[in-house]
Amino acid sequence: MDNSKNLQDLGQLIATEIGTDVLGWSVIHNELMMNVERLSIPRVLAYLRDSESLQFSQLMDVCGVDYLERTPRFEVVYNLLSLVHNKRIRIKVEVEEGMPVPSACAVYSSANWWEREAFDLYGIPFDDHPDLRRILTDYGFEGHPLRKDFPLTGYVEVRYDQEKQQVVYEPVKLPQAFRTFDFESPWEGMDVAVQAMQKRKS
Amino acid sequence: MAQGGTRMGINKPFLTNESLKAGYGIEAIPAGVNPDALLDALTQEVSQNGFIVTQLDKVAAWAQSGSLWPMTFGLACCAIEMMQTAAARYDLDRFGVMFRPSPRQADLMIVAGTLTNKMAAPLRKVYDQMAEPRYVISMGSCANGGGYYHYSYSVTRGCDRIVPVDIYVPGCPPTAEALLYGILQLQRKIVRERHYSRC
Repeated sequence: MDNSKNLQDLGQLIATEIGTDVLGWSVIHNELMMNVERLSIPRVLAYLRDSESLQFSQLMDVCGVDYLERTPRFEVVYNLLSLVHNKRIRIKVEVEEGMPVPSACAVYSSANWWEREAFDLYGIPFDDHPDLRRILTDYGFEGHPLRKDFPLTGYVEVRYDQEKQQVVYEPVKLPQAFRTFDFESPWEGMDVAVQAMQKRKS
Repeated sequence: MAQGGTRMGINKPFLTNESLKAGYGIEAIPAGVNPDALLDALTQEVSQNGFIVTQLDKVAAWAQSGSLWPMTFGLACCAIEMMQTAAARYDLDRFGVMFRPSPRQADLMIVAGTLTNKMAAPLRKVYDQMAEPRYVISMGSCANGGGYYHYSYSVTRGCDRIVPVDIYVPGCPPTAEALLYGILQLQRKIVRERHYSRC
């Protein structure tokens, strides 16, 4: 079922309606994606929700992405669903480290916890968020663990201290070294997979 | 039994004296031993003397091992297997093991699942609320030593960093039989235990 033509029309429609807020759009893998100006995100979302011909009434997810090497380092992704038209759209906002994104809470109340999650794991601040606290990580956690430059093992580990009679935090000491994967080794089985892929291509 | 039936896989008849003799040519109780003899002797002892002499620690250990009440402390997928152990097929109730919703009524804590740093302090708190003597079974790879998440920034590398562990049950997750075996091992341990010095 190919509805990419419909999606092209839909993208064209939205792009002409909200004009300058849209920085670009594309249909890839039968999915409509749209890059939007950072500060105008609540306005765009409100338009997509309220427009009679679109009715993207549900915000399915808000996520963060970290492109470590890129200049606007982060990206915030909003996935919307229109139940009436059975259509989905993905809105992307590029954001530099430390720059705030206007909160979508006023438009979609479900954005509340997802924005807290993006803030917790990526350190993306959201302006006008009613309750921007950490949501997943430990109390008093430092750093943002899904950032690419965050070490896998983190900085602290816990242990029960017999003298203090409480759980204490200490710098990480790993007695067991990281496991290194040798992709050259035949035992890893990578060669076979690569050869099979090349054979399929040719 | 029919495939998918309620008693699927249970083919043997119930072991009565008659069926044993007919089917296997053996008797459930060896000839010459009156199964009630021990009970009769005990009854006589009580009715004549009014008391029975035994060792207190043995009685205590027997009672403890026969009524281990674990805390319901499911943290992750291991908890599903723990429920399976408690459910009809493996039926922990027949060992006197009954799950309690409160640490104050529990003798045993089964740490079933991934213990995160955020959960470490609450786990210790719950352990501290349990009355002595208390025991801990560490269930599954994650609770034993971090397992799959050993290098994670958010997971405690083994629940023995937080509470003293009596029995480690390996597996990811351990099967219901494995946990059952762990509990039986703990019962053996309790019966053999001589003193209760514990942190």
